[in-house]
Amino acid sequence: MVESETLLEARNLRKYFDVKGSGGRKHPNLLKAVDGVSFSVSKGETLGIVGESGCGKSTTGRMLLRLIEPTAGQILFEGRDLTQLSQREMRKQRRHIQMVFQNPLASLNPRRTVGELLEQPLKVHRMGNVSERKQRVMALLKTVGLNETAYGRYPHQFSGGQRQRIAIARALAVTPKLIVADEPVSALDVSVQAQILNLLKDLQEAYQLTYLFISHDLGVVRHISDRVAVMYLGRIVEIASTEDLYNDPKHPYTQALISTVPIPDPEYSGERVLLQGDIPSASEPPSGCPFHTRCPLAMEACKTVVPRLQESEADHFVSCHLYHKVEA
Amino acid sequence: MTGTILEVSQLKTSFFTENGEVPAVSDVTFRLEKGEILGVVGESGCGKSVTSLSIMGLVEQPGKVVGGHIAFKGEDLTQASAKKMRQIRGNDIAMIYQDPMSALNPVHTIGAQLMECLGLHHKATRKSARRQAIECLERVGLPQAEQLMHYYPHQLSGGMCQRVMIAMAMICEPEVLIADEPTTALDVTIQAQILELMKTLNREFNTSIIFITHDLGVVAEICDRVLVMYNGRVVEQGTIHTLFKAPKHPYTKGLIQSVPDVREKKQRLYSIPGMVPSPGEIKKGCPFAPRCERALAQCYEIEPPFIKYENGDAVRCLLYEAEKKEVTTHGRIGDFTRSPQPKKVF
Repeated sequence: MVESETLLEARNLRKYFDVKGSGGRKHPNLLKAVDGVSFSVSKGETLGIVGESGCGKSTTGRMLLRLIEPTAGQILFEGRDLTQLSQREMRKQRRHIQMVFQNPLASLNPRRTVGELLEQPLKVHRMGNVSERKQRVMALLKTVGLNETAYGRYPHQFSGGQRQRIAIARALAVTPKLIVADEPVSALDVSVQAQILNLLKDLQEAYQLTYLFISHDLGVVRHISDRVAVMYLGRIVEIASTEDLYNDPKHPYTQALISTVPIPDPEYSGERVLLQGDIPSASEPPSGCPFHTRCPLAMEACKTVVPRLQESEADHFVSCHLYHKVEA
Repeated sequence: MTGTILEVSQLKTSFFTENGEVPAVSDVTFRLEKGEILGVVGESGCGKSVTSLSIMGLVEQPGKVVGGHIAFKGEDLTQASAKKMRQIRGNDIAMIYQDPMSALNPVHTIGAQLMECLGLHHKATRKSARRQAIECLERVGLPQAEQLMHYYPHQLSGGMCQRVMIAMAMICEPEVLIADEPTTALDVTIQAQILELMKTLNREFNTSIIFITHDLGVVAEICDRVLVMYNGRVVEQGTIHTLFKAPKHPYTKGLIQSVPDVREKKQRLYSIPGMVPSPGEIKKGCPFAPRCERALAQCYEIEPPFIKYENGDAVRCLLYEAEKKEVTTHGRIGDFTRSPQPKKVF
């Protein structure tokens, strides 16, 4: 792989939420939504983040734009630490980092026309004059495959797939470098989902975009990502190139996760690793490795020692005692 | 498998709105065999949920079953009285919903909700109802069933709630279980557990299951046969082996191709052009014609007939009509009662 320029780097990101009404001031009950996450995204690549509900993938995505303030850690965007910026400076930086959310009906203001919605980010960042902005909006509509008549219409007049196109157009309006997409196709039907995934790929090629693609759907993530990080209970348990991760998953959780995805082929007879029990609560995480309560290969050491994310093969990082000797 | 347990023929359910009659289900015909798991797939708005609600007699105003028959144990459920339906619902035909958290009553304990069904249908005493409820919770793989009886739904996780829902549906040992997207709200590892549980229950109690889902992977995993629905109609039916290997209807083909695969990376996904039409939007011809790559001129004019094959497969597409005529001259068309060509409503 060609060594390419790092666009964004997250270092040891943490987010602890104070769960109210329990513990009191002396022993605050902390929910560790994200507990020490580090990764980097290179220019032009797509990093996928997968995990089940409550694993902290959305919190991670939002922290990158400081929509949620990190408790600790650094976010280096083009070498600049975003966590040190003032709110005003941060707002300027958001021109380069945009976000697409899961539910476009909730993220698009129902009382604004599509034209107004797409013009808003241009106004916020003082880009162009009235006629230039209108031109830009028209061009954006065309880019995402919408008709020019969409300009004066309201979000409720569109279907789910079209609304997601509007949300993507709005993110594109300020020519960002990075787009954080949080479950952008999860609410869509399969036939429409395929259209949006293809659109995202086309846009990436046309504008050299970098994506952070958050999803719970392993098939979708495989399709769109160059590299994939798997999260469990606020931590990254494995991160590798898409091919390595899917063809040779190392962490028992990744192995189980991939094996339990139903395959649309009745003839398929792959082995299934059925995990027992539920995902533990993030407010009372298990000691040691957070996965040891459900892990079919758990050892004695897993119950006490927290594994670190270490390289097991070239560019393949895994956080598991099976691959790294426990230091006594 | 021994015989048909539920037979739905030419079901039509419409909603009467300010803008006139909107047919959510315009022509659904299928048979559910004893002990089989029948999948119903389709995208949002295709009428898969309304079909199940019609069977349960739970279509609410302004909706109404306006045509067709639902034969269950020699009785037409479309004609059954409200009292009769109450006896059947929960006892002979039970249902599991997508979101277990909102389907369970938050102000009653798990135990009270489980025992209620037994009290209603079997006039069981408190003691025996309690015993059966605990047994049922154990059967669906919930630990510490006795304590669980005193819990409220909010104290359980989503996966556990869905197990409670399944326990509640199975407690009266129904012959038919309708599961409407039972795993959609769950994580994959939990989904795998629930699917495994449903397969076991199907085997042990020989319960017939109608499994409604939008996920083709889940269908391949659990079902014996599948119905593919589009715009209120069944467009194709077949065993999972024929349907996934040799799909006939262009919509089924497109649907299968547009699913991203975890096993391999495709360069580009196939996507069906256009959007799902809203019910009643297309008034003439095949509802899929505007999105169909193989549409003929007559597809926009004639509503295609439901062509049935000898092996039980069926497809609603004009492309197969010529082929079918050959079949009729060579042999009989299954043991289906031949239904007249559906009348054009609009």
